[in-house]
Amino acid sequence: MLNKKNLVLAVSTSALALASISSAHASTLEDTMERGAVRCGVSDGLPGFSAPDDDGNWQGLDVDVCRAVAAAVLGDADAVDYVSLNAVERFTALQSGEVDVLSRNTTWTTTRDTTLGINFAGVSFYDGQGFMISRDLGISSASELGGAAICIQAGTTTELNLADYFRANDMEFDPIVFDTSEQTVGGYQAGRCDVLTSDTSQLAALRIQLDDPDASVILSDVISKEPLGPSVRQGDDEWFNIVKWSLFALLNAEELGISSENVDEMLESENPNIVRLLGQDGNYGEGMGLEADWAYNIISQVGNYSEIYDRNVGMESPLQIERGVNALWTDGGLQYAPPIR
Amino acid sequence: MIHNRDMIPERPAPKSVIGPLAWLRANLFNGPINSLFTLIGLYLVYLLFVPAIQWAFINADWIGTSRDDCSREGACWVFVNARFSQFIYGLYPSEETWRPNIIFAGFFTLIAWLAIPRLPLKRWVAAFALLAFPVIAFVLLHGGYFNLTVVPTSQWGGLMLTLLLATVGMIAALPIGIMLALGRRSEMPIVKSFCVVFIEFWRGVPLITILFMASVMLPLFLPGDINIDRLVRALIGITLFQSAYMAEVIRGGLQAIPKGQEEAAAALGMTYWKRMGLIVLPQALKMMIPGIVNTFISLFKDTTLVMIIGLFDLLGIVQAALSDSRWLGFSLEGYVFAAFMFWIFCFSMSRYSQYLERKLHTGHRN
Repeated sequence: MLNKKNLVLAVSTSALALASISSAHASTLEDTMERGAVRCGVSDGLPGFSAPDDDGNWQGLDVDVCRAVAAAVLGDADAVDYVSLNAVERFTALQSGEVDVLSRNTTWTTTRDTTLGINFAGVSFYDGQGFMISRDLGISSASELGGAAICIQAGTTTELNLADYFRANDMEFDPIVFDTSEQTVGGYQAGRCDVLTSDTSQLAALRIQLDDPDASVILSDVISKEPLGPSVRQGDDEWFNIVKWSLFALLNAEELGISSENVDEMLESENPNIVRLLGQDGNYGEGMGLEADWAYNIISQVGNYSEIYDRNVGMESPLQIERGVNALWTDGGLQYAPPIR
Repeated sequence: MIHNRDMIPERPAPKSVIGPLAWLRANLFNGPINSLFTLIGLYLVYLLFVPAIQWAFINADWIGTSRDDCSREGACWVFVNARFSQFIYGLYPSEETWRPNIIFAGFFTLIAWLAIPRLPLKRWVAAFALLAFPVIAFVLLHGGYFNLTVVPTSQWGGLMLTLLLATVGMIAALPIGIMLALGRRSEMPIVKSFCVVFIEFWRGVPLITILFMASVMLPLFLPGDINIDRLVRALIGITLFQSAYMAEVIRGGLQAIPKGQEEAAAALGMTYWKRMGLIVLPQALKMMIPGIVNTFISLFKDTTLVMIIGLFDLLGIVQAALSDSRWLGFSLEGYVFAAFMFWIFCFSMSRYSQYLERKLHTGHRN
């Protein structure tokens, strides 16, 4: 027997199914080629990930993922139609076909991957909940934080993670809850708490807003897993592959030492991995419906992963986030891409 | 008998009655308690204003291009300066900004023309403003004709978008609101119940819910190849919401007109539309000017809610600019600027409505 909740669920899933069936009548790749632009959903403003610069151009790590896909598909990294989405409407926009790639610092979780009709194409940034403390306290590890007053933003998963972590480690803490991130920084700055907790990428953005950023440090301990990455609609595996391998191309390029500056010299390289990635021997884009120079276009126009990381969130950016777990596997990090062959 | 043939010349009132000192005495220091309150008040003003002025003007930085040009001792208007064109046009391509400029110029000229009583041809200008100008504005802003490059609505933003949303909302909501108000007072059962249901439904739902429905639910129900522009969705939502409010404001005005007015008009043999158009509505609308302008001003400020469906109105684009990692931490400057812009527009609307009230005042006011 159907109860009310089931009925609602059934109606909404059939609505979802309808939406995805009707938008799958032509392939996303064909639609994109015809339109001449990749429709990409980005955040409506997140430091280092997507924000308009002084000239009104979108820039950030999430934005560069969109640009990489556009370079692979259309040969032009600027051929992107950006749609700014807030946290609530992002999945609807992807499901309903308003955007074709959702690159909006979205955490890859089971629920999202399995029930929303979307597929995560990989991880562009390994984020996680961290702690920012005053340098004067001389604390170097999260395990020394017992008894601390901690500023948190209300209603976020951060609150839960924090409680879990302190319970698991048998420590006490004094939560001081604020509504917005600005108030949270204000509270920390005013000395209402000793510690501020949030995702590391956000902590970095909050730190430069302090009067004296150098007086605070971000601990290297991370207490939650927040893998952020681009996602696409389910049901179009060709498009899924394109986004996935655009991301892998960025990582492989870094691993092979190819950057936007030396990519033209690298065309002469004898290294078989480089030859294959740049499409000098056989077309590895064929299976995705792309030209042989798909990866060359990505690297020459957008750069490799380390270039993207450094200019948006890394040491060349105001955020100054260390590579940490986002380093390549060869440097002890987690970023690992399957080989191109 | 002593008799003075000359008039005694007029003398100015004594110093203790006129002049600033006397005014001070009469209004601020006419007793120990009032004097005390005045002093406390002055002290509070001093506490508040001196730091504010120091922050906003004296210690502020005005010239530069990046955050390094800011001393951070006072406001950093460099940020607003660097982003100014973005705050006005949103993400509209910079080489195309002449298009919104023309529209801005046309928009303000038309408004001024209609607002200044001396200028002639009001009827024609009004017709042009309502019928031709929106089409011209859309063609010019969106492009796609006459070799103009297409600028999709996702790139419209800033003050331009705020004005667009507010103007369309106001102009569309007023006639719909009048119709709904008349319909609600009508004796025809279907018309009446339709209007009642419409008004009560749209007025009973928060605007933010309507915008969410329009942006989150609507796309799921529409077939995949039909994609209604977000801006259009927001405009429709705002208009429907606003017309329900407007209807109730106008109905309030209609209630206040004595029944005799309509009965007298009917006795003269006027039709329903003539009775309404010539007798009842002119009186009702005049009386409701404060209410209508109140609704307009609240609509103007409510347009900021489109931020939650990813449109960058004035406030939205300020917030987006604040999340640029090169400009983090200038939220106060950004918000002060946005507040100031909103204040200018709302205050001018309010002043104009007061002027209109005086001008249309025919001696009926108590």
